[in-house]
Amino acid sequence: MTVYLPIAELSVNIFIILGMGAAVGFLSGMFGVGGGFLITPLLIFYNIPPVVAVATGANQVVASSISGAITHFRRGTLDMKLGTVLLVGGLAGASVGIWIFSWLRRLGQLDLLISILYVVLLSTIGALMLQESLRAMRRAKQNQPVALKRPGQHIWVHRLPLKMRFKKSKIYLSAIPVVALGFGIGVLTSIMGVGGGFIMVPAMIYLLRIPTNVVVGTSLFQIIFVTAYTTMVQAATNYSVDIVLATILMVAGVIGAQYGVRVGQKLRGEQLRALLALLVLAVGIRLAIGLVVTPDDIYSVAVGGLSY
Amino acid sequence: MRTLLHTVSLAFLLGLCQPALAQVPLGQASTVKEGLEIGASTSEIAITSDFRGADLTIFGALNNADELFLAIGQYDVVVTLEGPKDYATVRKKERVLGIWMNTQSMTFEQVPESYSLASTRQIDNIDQPTSLNNIGVGIDHLALNPVGYIPNSGLIGEFREAYRRLKLSNGLYQRDTDGVRFVSTSLFRASLRLPANIPDGMHMVRAYLFKSGQLIVQRELPLRVVKTGIEQAITDAAHERPIAYGFFCVLIAVITGWGASLIFRKD
Repeated sequence: MTVYLPIAELSVNIFIILGMGAAVGFLSGMFGVGGGFLITPLLIFYNIPPVVAVATGANQVVASSISGAITHFRRGTLDMKLGTVLLVGGLAGASVGIWIFSWLRRLGQLDLLISILYVVLLSTIGALMLQESLRAMRRAKQNQPVALKRPGQHIWVHRLPLKMRFKKSKIYLSAIPVVALGFGIGVLTSIMGVGGGFIMVPAMIYLLRIPTNVVVGTSLFQIIFVTAYTTMVQAATNYSVDIVLATILMVAGVIGAQYGVRVGQKLRGEQLRALLALLVLAVGIRLAIGLVVTPDDIYSVAVGGLSY
Repeated sequence: MRTLLHTVSLAFLLGLCQPALAQVPLGQASTVKEGLEIGASTSEIAITSDFRGADLTIFGALNNADELFLAIGQYDVVVTLEGPKDYATVRKKERVLGIWMNTQSMTFEQVPESYSLASTRQIDNIDQPTSLNNIGVGIDHLALNPVGYIPNSGLIGEFREAYRRLKLSNGLYQRDTDGVRFVSTSLFRASLRLPANIPDGMHMVRAYLFKSGQLIVQRELPLRVVKTGIEQAITDAAHERPIAYGFFCVLIAVITGWGASLIFRKD
């Protein structure tokens, strides 16, 4: 059964889109990530124009992070104040990102930059995560305590001015690195259509030394607003959010996520992280191959002039 | 329904051309000017949510045709469907530091986004390439004028060739050199295939009548390709009220996400 996507302007098989949404939802529920970093490349592999894939991916992440954030809010593992400071940077970053996005699109280099960013980020994060989780698995085997957080340690981040007290997280931290982190993720959200949880969570844990229990909830809280904002701005500037595609993905995604959560609860933390790392690496490698392999056709055609 | 429409338009055209034929005795045709009448099976194509392309049938009749010329096949008909025109940019990739990236581009002025052609035989056998270029009939003869001054004419040729090849491969440009069939001596039927990715907007059906390799008559017929119902409403909303549209997209996401956490809540 085919369905016509009015913004992407092509007909697609609805079951393939549903399957994609459900599979990504399952993985996102299992690993506790938004899934934007998987959905956008998948849509591009399925010939959805990258411009539409990125904008629609951001829209889909709104839905998946809301249900996650609500759960964390109920459990009290969401630091509103920290999230708001992150959000300030995030919104500024997303605005800059949209501007870069439109500029690259005019230049004809948007697809290339999207791919390069994905390759660099996914392979770096994937490799780091894999290394960390393998180390944790080895430690677990030798029955050593797993120490992710070393509270006594102070790095340069903790010597910056403009310190703020975050009660729920029980930390006293400068606002500068928090806003900067939010900004960086915001730029990525609008260029790549990701929530950025897979970068933000490790950065918050390792760089800012924020307690692990509030990290996921707080990052999800921030992601909701940045992706919602990005969706609005993409809709207003590039007219590239496909509501039909987004709705199919969202519905399939939230259902898939419920089953993913159940499977995820049966696996151990470090095993989960190792699997996620492998998945992230695989997507990165697939995109890297696409950049290097000689394309079927070295020419491409786009409607419109160079100045659109 | 569609068959009925065909029959009706066929009957209509038959009525049109019969008296004309009767007036032309053999051998006197050179003094009378040939006429061409065309009619389409529809004047509007709707892109619905399950649109997978469509077929368009054009009926046509030759008036005052010289029977001798008809008998020896000196009349040729070409029917085209031209989509809305826009600029088109062709980009070329090159390997830079091991990575394939767009390095060169060329923009062509106002070319049809889609183009389907049906003819009685290979169009290059119908007329000289230069005169086909002048009238712009045929995929290889459409005017492709680059924007700006490009000194290297070899480069222009290369990009033109790439443009035509890409358009043919994604189905937006099509040709069927067997697509025009004479159903009687002076009545013909042309079948044009509209691809699933056809752009919406005003299209133009053009029929050309050639006599011994000379274009003698040309007829036009507009065809509207419209997105219908919900598809049209969504496109309109996205372009005319983008902020409200974006807000609505976010709202759907909020409802979906919130709804899921309510439905699947485990207490």
